[in-house]
Amino acid sequence: MSKVIVYPPTSMILSDLVERMGHKALVVPERVRELVTANDVQSPPLNVTPEEPKKGLRYAAVDVPSGVRGRMALIGPLIEEAEAAIIVEDPGWLTGCAGCSRTNELVRLLIRTKGIPVLDLNYPTDDAQAKVFVQKIKLFLEGLK
Amino acid sequence: MIRIAQLSCGSEYSGIQKEIERAAETVGAKIVYPEVSLEDILDVEKKFGVKVASGDLNLAMARAVRIVENPDLADAVIVMTCFRCAEAAIIRSEIRKFIHERSRIPVLSYSFTERTTAETLLTRMEALVTTVKYRGLLARERQKGLTAGIDSGSTTTKSVIMRDNEVIGTGWVPTTEVLKSAEDAFEAAIKMAGIQKDEIQAVGVTGYGRFLVGKHINARLIQEEITVNSKGAVFLSDAQRGPATVIDIGGMDNKAISVQDGIPGGFTMGGICAGASGRFLELTARRLGVDITQLGKLALKGDFRNVAMNSYCIVFGTQSLVNSLSMGCKPEDVAMAACHSVAEQVYEQQLQEVEVKEPVIMVGGTSLIEGLPRAMEELLHVKVLVPKNAQYIGAVGAALLVSGLLEG
Repeated sequence: MSKVIVYPPTSMILSDLVERMGHKALVVPERVRELVTANDVQSPPLNVTPEEPKKGLRYAAVDVPSGVRGRMALIGPLIEEAEAAIIVEDPGWLTGCAGCSRTNELVRLLIRTKGIPVLDLNYPTDDAQAKVFVQKIKLFLEGLK
Repeated sequence: MIRIAQLSCGSEYSGIQKEIERAAETVGAKIVYPEVSLEDILDVEKKFGVKVASGDLNLAMARAVRIVENPDLADAVIVMTCFRCAEAAIIRSEIRKFIHERSRIPVLSYSFTERTTAETLLTRMEALVTTVKYRGLLARERQKGLTAGIDSGSTTTKSVIMRDNEVIGTGWVPTTEVLKSAEDAFEAAIKMAGIQKDEIQAVGVTGYGRFLVGKHINARLIQEEITVNSKGAVFLSDAQRGPATVIDIGGMDNKAISVQDGIPGGFTMGGICAGASGRFLELTARRLGVDITQLGKLALKGDFRNVAMNSYCIVFGTQSLVNSLSMGCKPEDVAMAACHSVAEQVYEQQLQEVEVKEPVIMVGGTSLIEGLPRAMEELLHVKVLVPKNAQYIGAVGAALLVSGLLEG
């Protein structure tokens, strides 16, 4: 079983495919769930406190907007943990997004420069492409230890 | 309860959402999020004219469209995005303009960091709420009866006595102990007006110390300085009808307010950097060995281009001025360079976010430093008005507005 990060990092479709193939999907909703179910809810709705943007300094400098650093505090540790990645280009908002384009760019960059196996895909726009899309993901995941 | 619609990107992930809601609650308002459909977001370009890569910004734009189409959804709007995000800065400004041009809903825009607290937002939120809640009072154009206004500012405390639309007494003291300074300024105004304190029918208070002073003297009106200063500025400039832009460079922060018929439509409030405040001019005057009241006249004789200002910062900017003097620059050039530096920062950092419509009115004590309105005129390429009693703007606004409560 490998730990696989997906992009968009909020994509439940990609997360589901990874889990079905017996790997662990690294996705943001899980991290958010940890925060919102914590005993000490300090900052609803996400319970992200001003401490998160400071933790995000590990991934982006202080002159990077706080919203990017706050998001990176959640996504950055997932990238560190990842052993493989699936990146879907132009996924459309229904597939998921971080809400912030700068964060999306930084996430893709950090995944690509980590040196782990990465599957790059375009988002399918019809049934035929969707089948190929799923096939490619299946093959990629089967190839992981 | 006043409903403030929040159109934002990044506030939850900056960890400040709770602070925004706390600030709203403190001023008796509630933050609301107008609902939109996915189609509204996908169609935003058609209605708004632009679509950007960040999903949350498109969501904010779609919410702006919804509010304009259904103005009953919110009483006021706050547009907030991350400080230093270029994409967000463009959209923040466009959302403000979009709502401003298509509705009468007051809009405030603000860029935040993770250090933004409810206290930072309080005056801004209070101004939004006042604009909605007291629209009738803010529309008042004449002062009636015998009323007083006190402006408890960070650097100076001002007071005026007004009778039947005329200022008959003024008082001005440096702010030391907040309550004592307010009492001293008030007493000075009473003395000049030649009246007895108990003749005054009502007192209005504004400025940083408004809550403390207002409670102490049992003021009838305690109101933030955005709405009060707007009123005072258009009253003293005889520009109560139609558009106006009010620029107030204070001792500790700056306000740029877009006004329509005496009521703020949009405004920005600085306060991140002391280099863009009256404090910088005080330091310059001290370094030049002139009284602050003489700095402006000196500046009018100078040319800022003769001085190399390497920083807007109050420390490093002052260092630039000191270096210039040691290299033989004339004091008048240095005085004008300081005025230009403050005006340029306000121009670059705040006036880009409000509609600058004539007349442009500069108020507050700094407007009396003649070099400052001159520098602003050069930057804006419009005539800048400095009304008589410009330094008493807040106190005049408070005295005028509180007279409206006498009839209620």
